[in-house]
Amino acid sequence: MNCIYTPSSKLLTLEITEEIDHHTAEKIRRRADYEIQRHMPRKTIFDFNSVTFMDSAGIGMIIGRYKMAANFGGTLEIVNVKPSIKRILEMSGIFKLVEIKENIVNEKFV
Amino acid sequence: MKNLYENEMRLEFLSKSNNEAFARITVAAFASQLDPTIEQLADIKTAVSEAVTNCIIHAYEEKEGIIKIVCKLFADSIVIEISDTGRGIENIEEAKKPLYTSKPNLERSGMGFTIMESFMDEMNVESVLGLGTKVTMKKIITKE
Repeated sequence: MNCIYTPSSKLLTLEITEEIDHHTAEKIRRRADYEIQRHMPRKTIFDFNSVTFMDSAGIGMIIGRYKMAANFGGTLEIVNVKPSIKRILEMSGIFKLVEIKENIVNEKFV
Repeated sequence: MKNLYENEMRLEFLSKSNNEAFARITVAAFASQLDPTIEQLADIKTAVSEAVTNCIIHAYEEKEGIIKIVCKLFADSIVIEISDTGRGIENIEEAKKPLYTSKPNLERSGMGFTIMESFMDEMNVESVLGLGTKVTMKKIITKE
């Protein structure tokens, strides 16, 4: 996972570079929580551009990070989600909590 | 004499979470003999990942055990059996309910069985307390 924090806009971008399952979710969770607690961002963005697989472990992981971000007064957004993963997100009803945007290029450099 | 099914493979591995990717990729590789679409392969991988994760977290509760997968290819479908000899499920109907999880502290979403049911064409769960659980799933793959 690549992390980029932009202090001027208080934006934390977490680019996930692995498949998300129960095994990898734990590692992503630890790193994301560390970065959110450290920076207390206004907005946290999960960039899913390189994520080719996600199962239900990803749903729990995202809801957990949504709560963590909200604890520090921030919001959570997911960008560049592939169709097969979008289906799982839709089934979970996660759209009510987390904004999902498509085709965001270089958001991390904003 | 014609076999009921055209091909079969069996897989046994330890209930370690780093085998989740191995299991779904192996089943998908075997299923690719039926020439499925990319979407169908993604569905199979997701369903296998859910079932294997259930074995690791719930059946063996993160202790070591053996997970068995049997895959049978038919002319128009694949049948995948994923079984363990773990603790078994007390109430299968409850476990299958969307958002139900017996382990909310692990950030589990309770969507596992719901995903297996909706991504596959058939799903059946058999379980005996103290003896184990077997999930059987079928995906129809018809040639265009």
